[in-house]
Amino acid sequence: MTEDPRARRLQSIRLAAWAGGLAAVVLAIGGALIWRANTPEAGPEVAFVDEADIRSEFTLTDHTGRAVTESEYVGDWQLVFFGFTNCPDICPTTLAYMASVLDELGPRAEDLAPLFITVDPARDTVPVMAEYVAAFHPRLVGLTGTDAQVAEAAQNFRTWYERVEDETAPDGYMMAHQGYMYLMRPDGGFEAVFQEQEQPPEELAETILGHIEVEKGAT
Amino acid sequence: MKLPILALLVTALPLAAHADVAVSDPWARASIMASRPAAAYLTLVSDGGDRLVEATTPVAAEVMVHATEVDDAGLSRMNHVTTVDLPAAEAVTFAPGGMHLMLTGLSEKLVEATSFPLTLQFETAGEVTVDVPVLGVGASGPEGGQR
Repeated sequence: MTEDPRARRLQSIRLAAWAGGLAAVVLAIGGALIWRANTPEAGPEVAFVDEADIRSEFTLTDHTGRAVTESEYVGDWQLVFFGFTNCPDICPTTLAYMASVLDELGPRAEDLAPLFITVDPARDTVPVMAEYVAAFHPRLVGLTGTDAQVAEAAQNFRTWYERVEDETAPDGYMMAHQGYMYLMRPDGGFEAVFQEQEQPPEELAETILGHIEVEKGAT
Repeated sequence: MKLPILALLVTALPLAAHADVAVSDPWARASIMASRPAAAYLTLVSDGGDRLVEATTPVAAEVMVHATEVDDAGLSRMNHVTTVDLPAAEAVTFAPGGMHLMLTGLSEKLVEATSFPLTLQFETAGEVTVDVPVLGVGASGPEGGQR
C-alpha cells in the first residue's frame, strides 16, 4: 500500500488541529469549572443557574396567619432561609445564626426582613411556625402555605428540596433541602448567597451592611 | 536485659486501658416543641479504638446518630448512621452541620439550663453515661468552648 506523503502530512495537520481544538475546549471547560469553584460568593449550585433569575416572589401565609406576597417586603432587604421545623440540626443552627446576625446589626437591621420559609408545609402550620420563629428572634418571620405555594416560592428562589422517605424519622419522612441564606435586594432581585459555616455572624452582619451601604451610596 | 520487658510493658499498657472512651463537651440545644426532634452533640475519644453502637436517654423514645451530608447540588440530607467507628486516640466530634445525635419522641421539650442523662453503648468499652447540659436555642457549641 502506497500513500501520498502530502496527504499524510495533511492528515496529520488535520489531526493536530483537532487535537489542538479539543485541548482548547477541555481547557476552557476546565478553566470555567475552576473559576466557578473559586468564585467565593456563589454556592456550588448557584453557579449553575443564572443569578438574575433568582427572584423573591411568593404567595404565602406568615406565622400570624396573614396572607402575604413579596410586595409586603418591597423596599426591605431580605435574608431568606428555606428549612423545616422537624430538622434537628441545620435549620435551628442556621436560624440561631440568623438571629445572631440580627442582634449584631441591632438597629441597623431595620432595613432587613429575616424570612424563614418552610419546605414542609404539611407539618409546619401557622401555629407551629409562630411558636418556632418566636424562639429564635422576635423579628424572624415564618412563612408557610400550600404545597403548591411553597413549591412556587422555592422555584422562584431556584432552591431545591425533596421529601425523603425514612422510616426512622418522625412521621416516616424527612426533607432534604439546601441550607442557603439568600440576601435579596429591596426590589426582590438577587444580591448574594451565604452559608452558616462560612463565616461568624459578626462577619456576615458586616458583609450585609456593606451590600446595603453600597446600594445607598449608589442612589 | 530488662529493656525488652519494659518495652513490652509500655506497649501493653494502652491495651490494658483500651476499654476507655472519653466523652467530653456534651451539649444539646434547647428544643422549641416536644413534638420536634432535638439534637445533642459531644466529642468521643477512644484510646484503643472502639465503636459507638447505641445511645439511649430517658427523655427521648429514640436516639439516632445522623450525619448531615451535602451533595453536589448543595442539597443537605440526614443519613442515619448505625455505628460510629472511633479510631484509636482520634477525637470524633459531633457538631452542628456534621454528625449529631437526633432525639425523637421527647417526653417533654428540652429546657435551657437543665440537663439529662445520655447513655452511650460502645462495642468494647461498654456503657458510659454522661450528663448533657441543655444550652440556649442560639447555642452553636459546648459551654465555654469555641463553636
